Amino acid sequence: MKIHEYQAKQLLRAAGVAVPQGVVARTADEAAQAFTSLGGSLAVVKSQIHAGGRGKGRFVEQPEQRGVVLVRSAEEAQQNAARMLGNTLVTIQTGAAGKQVSTLFVEQGLKIARELYLGIVVDREAGGPVLIMSFEGGMEIEEVAAHSPEKILKEPFDAVAGLYPYQARKLAYALGLDAAAVRSAEKFLPKICRFFVDYDCSMTEINPLVVTEDGQMLALDAKVTFDDNALFRHKDVVALRDLSEEEPAEVRAADTGLSYVKLNGNIGCLVNGAGLAMSTMDLIKLHGGEPANFLDVGGGADEDQVTEAFRIILADSNVKAVLVNIFGGIMRCDIIVSALLNAYEKVGFNVPLVVRLEGTNVEKAREMLQASGRPIIAATDLTDAAQKVVRALNA
Amino acid sequence: MSILVSKSTRVITQGITGNSGLFHSQKCREYAAECQPGVDVFVGGVTPGKGGTTVDGFPVFNSVREAREKTGANTSMVFVPPPFCADAILEAADAGMELIVAITEGIPVMDMLRVRRGLEKSTSRLIGPNCPGVITPGIAKIGIMPGYIHKPGTIGIISKSGTLTYEAAWQLGRVGLGQSTAVGIGGDPINGTSYIELLKMFQDDPGTEGILLIGEIGGSAEQAAAEYIKSHVTKPMAGFIAGQTAPPGKRMGHAGAIISGGGGTAAEKMAALTAAGVVVSPSPGGMGEAMLRAMQGRG
Repeated sequence: MKIHEYQAKQLLRAAGVAVPQGVVARTADEAAQAFTSLGGSLAVVKSQIHAGGRGKGRFVEQPEQRGVVLVRSAEEAQQNAARMLGNTLVTIQTGAAGKQVSTLFVEQGLKIARELYLGIVVDREAGGPVLIMSFEGGMEIEEVAAHSPEKILKEPFDAVAGLYPYQARKLAYALGLDAAAVRSAEKFLPKICRFFVDYDCSMTEINPLVVTEDGQMLALDAKVTFDDNALFRHKDVVALRDLSEEEPAEVRAADTGLSYVKLNGNIGCLVNGAGLAMSTMDLIKLHGGEPANFLDVGGGADEDQVTEAFRIILADSNVKAVLVNIFGGIMRCDIIVSALLNAYEKVGFNVPLVVRLEGTNVEKAREMLQASGRPIIAATDLTDAAQKVVRALNA
Repeated sequence: MSILVSKSTRVITQGITGNSGLFHSQKCREYAAECQPGVDVFVGGVTPGKGGTTVDGFPVFNSVREAREKTGANTSMVFVPPPFCADAILEAADAGMELIVAITEGIPVMDMLRVRRGLEKSTSRLIGPNCPGVITPGIAKIGIMPGYIHKPGTIGIISKSGTLTYEAAWQLGRVGLGQSTAVGIGGDPINGTSYIELLKMFQDDPGTEGILLIGEIGGSAEQAAAEYIKSHVTKPMAGFIAGQTAPPGKRMGHAGAIISGGGGTAAEKMAALTAAGVVVSPSPGGMGEAMLRAMQGRG
């Protein structure tokens, strides 16, 4: 799960991690008041959407307006906010449709001496969290890794013990920070590592991490992603979820206990098991088709879930054919077919449906399909299924 | 011969009084009874607070240690719900279980980091979590896979996925190949046993003549396996990687199946395995054929 920058900074501040002073604004007047209350001569007005690349992003309705702007007066804050709020911001990460901006974060301007990068993730192979820092603040870490990997520093730390102060100093000296900044890093870095562990993050990224002219380390931006499996113990984080940032069909699927990811093709897929569901997408592509989605109904899907799965697939107007691929293990094939036939009746199919079944009770299931009289195309194996669904699409 | 599961395997189920814990314990008991008539392989279960009771003939104990002492079990199958599962795994290790098979899906990553740290001092081997389990066809299954699709034979399977493993076993059956042992290592980012550890076991197992490795997007475990295969595995190998068409940044069902920061793509994993001499099938429909080609030395 992702949250907005201003939400992440509230959590970081509460965890003792230094962030700039900032105020949330949802109207242009609030943005002007925010500038005044911050009390400085410079502020930054930042669009709050989950996607990155906001500084270079532009609004559909206001092509001259950027997603993040520097302002020098309350009036300027108000004018910019008026051009941003309610409008659609398109960035490199939003796709062409963009995202509507309904919240702004107005932050104090800082006198910045250094811009660095900080990221924390779990290193799967090492089996522990790792703090990643780079000299190149503001640049994508993947880009730095590709062009100048020597500018990236990695410091694994123990999830229980946290990052030791000596590890923070080691990084600070390697980054060439001055004495005051080293002292600041000694506090900042262990605290943000503690935050990562305590909040069950899957990623915490501060880009840029800044050092001010007076040697203070602060998080100028904050991107935090949480481990969905750990949300049960973080009710405060769940409360920060912004459903308007998520794909509606994916939210609907998750509520039904289905795992669904929308894609851009025209062949809808319904599969049991994540590995088989991914493979079914690959299979479609290999045979010249384009999958419209990933959908795993799981090992114990009931009739209601299968029906809802079909509804979600068919609600996507790009879908011109559907492939059902079930390998019944513990889940019996005849139960799947019974659910499928009921769903067929309830949902109303207007596109070709290819069904490939294998596993427990498959003979009974095939007989049920045949006896139903429905124009369902039966396939014998994976390759046959892919060929038939691509052919049905082109017919 | 086989790995992990043999005729001396005796299993208790942690979380046996839950719905799926009991259901699968019953299925596993039935399968073992067919394979080894008259031998009790599944000897009981653990649910704290329900010790002293029985459920469908399985004696229930309060702790893994007590279950081990009273039943002689050396293996635990874990169905404990995600919030408590890490603790259950550590308890099994503390009680000296040789093999712990964790089926549970949805354990927080931070919990698994603690489990991994806890197991460093232990002799227990953890398989999973978020996996279908382990089966040695004709001997016993410890997990949720349907027994009948796995035929006894000489191919070892190592896989991150459940139903895709069933698909693979079925395809192997169609080309006349059975399995020595099939192991699901799980689809989570942090797991108990790696491809490399299992490759070593299969390489050393005289009952295994070929190995099928099934991977998926996310992380670099398959690339590490490829490096190991180059210098240590002499048996014929086939492979498949799921997620060739997955978009970056999206979790594809499994918590570990995500392409992040441009890394962990199917293409790089397939290239690494191919370079290590593994016959890689581009299609999930060709896993059985690829294994057969590898066994016949046809690449």
